[in-house]
Amino acid sequence: MTEQEIIEKIDSSLAEEFELDRGDMTPEANIYDDLGLDSLDTVDMVIVLEGAFSFKIREEEAVRNIRTLGDIHRFVLEKVTGNS
Amino acid sequence: MSLESVVVTGIGIVSPLGHSFEQLNRALFAGESGVKYVPELEEIGGLRSRLAATVEGVDPKQVPRKIRRSMSKMSVYAYLASQQALAMAGYPAEQLASGRTGVVIGSTLGSTETSEKFFIDYFIDHSLERMKSGLFFQIMGHSCAANVAQSLGITGRVMAPSAACATGCQAVGYAYEQIAFGRQDAILCGGADEFHPLTTATFDVMSAASTGFNQQPTESPRPFDQNRDGIICGEGSGILLLEKKSVAVARGATILAEIIGFATTSDTSSIATPDSGAMYDCMRLALEDSGLDAEEIDYINAHATGTIQGDVAETEAIRQLVGDRVPVSSLKGHLGHTMAASGAIELAASIGMMLHSELVATRNLHQIDPACSGIKHLQQNQPAEVTYVLKNNFAMGGINSTVILRSKTE
Repeated sequence: MTEQEIIEKIDSSLAEEFELDRGDMTPEANIYDDLGLDSLDTVDMVIVLEGAFSFKIREEEAVRNIRTLGDIHRFVLEKVTGNS
Repeated sequence: MSLESVVVTGIGIVSPLGHSFEQLNRALFAGESGVKYVPELEEIGGLRSRLAATVEGVDPKQVPRKIRRSMSKMSVYAYLASQQALAMAGYPAEQLASGRTGVVIGSTLGSTETSEKFFIDYFIDHSLERMKSGLFFQIMGHSCAANVAQSLGITGRVMAPSAACATGCQAVGYAYEQIAFGRQDAILCGGADEFHPLTTATFDVMSAASTGFNQQPTESPRPFDQNRDGIICGEGSGILLLEKKSVAVARGATILAEIIGFATTSDTSSIATPDSGAMYDCMRLALEDSGLDAEEIDYINAHATGTIQGDVAETEAIRQLVGDRVPVSSLKGHLGHTMAASGAIELAASIGMMLHSELVATRNLHQIDPACSGIKHLQQNQPAEVTYVLKNNFAMGGINSTVILRSKTE
């Protein structure tokens, strides 16, 4: 899977789960202030990403530091690349 | 007797016969049926009934995602019906968070559909790692009440009575008592349920679900009819906005009806088989609460679901109470049994009858069962000036409930 394909999979998974407008899903978008997620949503975000990429990330400290969609892209890319 | 008078100022309906008070009234006066053949029920082993009174045309996505994520279908129905009731009443938005407005809405269970989906996934590997955060909020016992309060910003008392088929009637009664006692000024009250095959199976296993009309859906259920063969389960929500009368009058609200009596009792003779004496006692207690004599009742809206035993027991109780002097009908032939919603939907319909001065006959009652005779069955709609209505709901678990309505007053 290419980097772009991974990002597309992240964005499409999150857009479906949280009914987001793809036009709002820029890398700079803050997931709380711009995309409107909250703490309950971040629980589900982890589950959605774990399901999409077949990895376990719930216990990872880095997850708690995610603020933007770009943070998610970088985090997942690192995990997927590291695992591959 | 009440310390404070309690009135109905708003009504919200999501039902097999429409999604507003007006649509419900129109369908009932026209004698329509909300019962349908449900092909999916063919796939369920051992289930003999294929009929249900389902809600059509409600898109859950009309509810914003952040509100909806904690809702199953029943909470969506309760939320939409609550919005309707508040809008009809013109209820001041600033009162919702005053602490003087509450919610009393119950359901038979938390969401069975959500539970089913969870356990299908859970049994794959007994892992909780895929469990979404919204699960608990959809299966908890007070899901409808909590979701309505949360979504509408209501900060007063929240209660979620759960008494199967008597839930909606009990919820209205408990709300009436809260306001009558001065603890709240207004309460959204009623019930909601969503259809799941398990509900039908619950009755089918006891041979209390209709199985003989699978190819003629609208001909069942048949309350009080000689050929009745059981219940047909449904879904929906009925919500009434009750207000302290003095507050409603002061703000210029339109009063639709008044709640003047309530009783609920436990029939310990059986957890499943109703006892006519216990039903009679419940109606008598409600009349005592209202200060009325039985002779003053103008119309009885029966629970009568179309089961063999339940209809006979209720007939005996009504016969003992009023003989054949008071018109009686059941709306289950139109609506099926909307379970926890039925009490509130049928109370709303009874208010509709008072407002339109017309009584709705029992649908599918063509040949009165001799065991159900001796009371004044309505087999045709009937013009009538109605001042006092007695409304029954009885439930598995031995729960009886009766509410007394008075038409809109001076």
